[in-house]
Amino acid sequence: MSSSTNAAEAAGARVIEGGLDGSNTGGDDGTEIAKKRFSEGKRAERNLGIKLVAPAVIIMLAVTAYPIFYALWLSLNRADLRTPDANEFIGLENYVTVLSSSIWWQAFGITMFITVVSAFLELIFGMLLAIVMHRTIVGRGLVRTSALVPYAIVTVVAAFSWRFAWTQDLGWLAGSNAPLTGKWSSIAIIILAEVWKTVPFMALLLMAGLALVPEDLHKAAAMDGGSAWQRFWAITVPLIKPSILVALLFRTLDAFRIFDNIFVLTGGANETASVSMVGYNNLIRGLNLGIGSTMAVLIFLSIAIIAFIFIKVFGAAAPGSDDGGRR
Amino acid sequence: MQQETTQRKLTWTAVNTLVLIYAFVPVVWIISLSLKDSASLNDGNFLPVSPSWASYQQIFDNPDFTRALINSIGICLIATFVAIIFGTMAAYAIARLDFPGKRTIVALSLLIAMFPQIALVTPLFKIETALGLFDTWLGLIIPYITFALPLAIYTLSAFFREIPWELEKAAKMDGATPYQAFRQVITPLAMPGVFTTAILVFISCWNDFLFAISLTSTSASRTVPAAMAYFTGATTFEKPTGPIAAAAVIITIPIVIFVLLFQRRIVAGLTSGAVKG
Repeated sequence: MSSSTNAAEAAGARVIEGGLDGSNTGGDDGTEIAKKRFSEGKRAERNLGIKLVAPAVIIMLAVTAYPIFYALWLSLNRADLRTPDANEFIGLENYVTVLSSSIWWQAFGITMFITVVSAFLELIFGMLLAIVMHRTIVGRGLVRTSALVPYAIVTVVAAFSWRFAWTQDLGWLAGSNAPLTGKWSSIAIIILAEVWKTVPFMALLLMAGLALVPEDLHKAAAMDGGSAWQRFWAITVPLIKPSILVALLFRTLDAFRIFDNIFVLTGGANETASVSMVGYNNLIRGLNLGIGSTMAVLIFLSIAIIAFIFIKVFGAAAPGSDDGGRR
Repeated sequence: MQQETTQRKLTWTAVNTLVLIYAFVPVVWIISLSLKDSASLNDGNFLPVSPSWASYQQIFDNPDFTRALINSIGICLIATFVAIIFGTMAAYAIARLDFPGKRTIVALSLLIAMFPQIALVTPLFKIETALGLFDTWLGLIIPYITFALPLAIYTLSAFFREIPWELEKAAKMDGATPYQAFRQVITPLAMPGVFTTAILVFISCWNDFLFAISLTSTSASRTVPAAMAYFTGATTFEKPTGPIAAAAVIITIPIVIFVLLFQRRIVAGLTSGAVKG
């Protein structure tokens, strides 16, 4: 039961449905009563649709839209829980403070570095894993199930596993070194933990793309003497480019929000804090809501810019941008 | 020819073994660490020399851990349940019904899926403190539902699209209202998809760390990932390595079971759910 057969079946079913649909409306068009009944049906459908989505939409808006505007407001205020009497509207002063602080730019640089390097490594290893899961001729079920393990493991658990493995004397990888006490060795381990955990997710998205590449194209190209490497670049990559872009978009946005791994592995020591880590420190440890909110708004803007670049410049299809309706 | 296939099989077996090593080495390491006794904990061996259950005994005697385990299970089950109900309703409407604002809703849920959670921590912390929701189950359940909904809506609407249209038409012919068609005809058929989605949603709630450490302050609502970060050793000078490893293994078990179930369900969902109708 490969997913490609299923996709093809589903597509076939849709065509047949479309045909039936057309002939149905054609047949009913004749009488007034039928028309009236049709529009009543339409209205009932519309009402039901709105009622069914309402709870989900209300919750999503209540928990995100209102708080983000509240964060915007807090970022324009001095709002420090330790000095509640000094709270007042101060305009953009918090932004000046954050944007001129070396801690913020340090964290921003580290976050960008981790994001770019891990997204790149994930793409390479994710592609390799996807090809293995797609092509293997022995134990396919076993490989696919076990590849899901890193995805399913709680990030904090995996992070502790890596932390202990690299702890001096305790860990099987560390020996007598203590790599988590240096800046760049810590960052390498953070990237390792991040890549290990998310390669399966990347591979699953890419495998969905691989399933759509027609086998005949590969056979024809092999006949013409194309090597496996040439076929990969000339046939597979162009055909699965949309899958690659969507997977990269998701992973980049996710990596930019990195928090759990850094919290457990280094706690942000030795200049390894990400922007989320610095925001958390200002809020929960520093109780400075004004500065914390300013960072939150800046992180939100960064994410929006990254998404914009991916969708507009690289032409990544925003997932779900097909209307998914029936006509 | 025969020799060639044997060769290929051997190559693939070697490649598969690499994948298995990649997937399981960190998992085996944390298990082996949880089984080491305090004398051999620092020996740096990959596998325990003299396995013992001491670390497990220690965490189950620790009320902070058992409480956190109950919190994790309770909070994630409730959040998953609510998200699945509202997600199923919304996904059906998006996949099947014609109504204004559909594209906006799809865009909104995409936006939320990509939302930086840290940006919500500051305002939610303030709002929940004011409303008395800080450090309560509900205080975590609400953000979990919010971030689970986009995932639920996407996965479920894909499942709904696989169900043949004729079924709803037949139901309508028999005089069913659109709501009856949804509730009595389509929903039962979508159950494999709903179950699969529930597992994905549960995993994402179970995995959360940022909200769990930001919106809680005591063991009243702290979940296991957050509690692990605050473990202390039996004495002030002893590092809590063993207990953390044991707790890590305990919270991994339900997920591993789910993954096995999830694999089966995915196959069942794709083959019977869509074709049998």
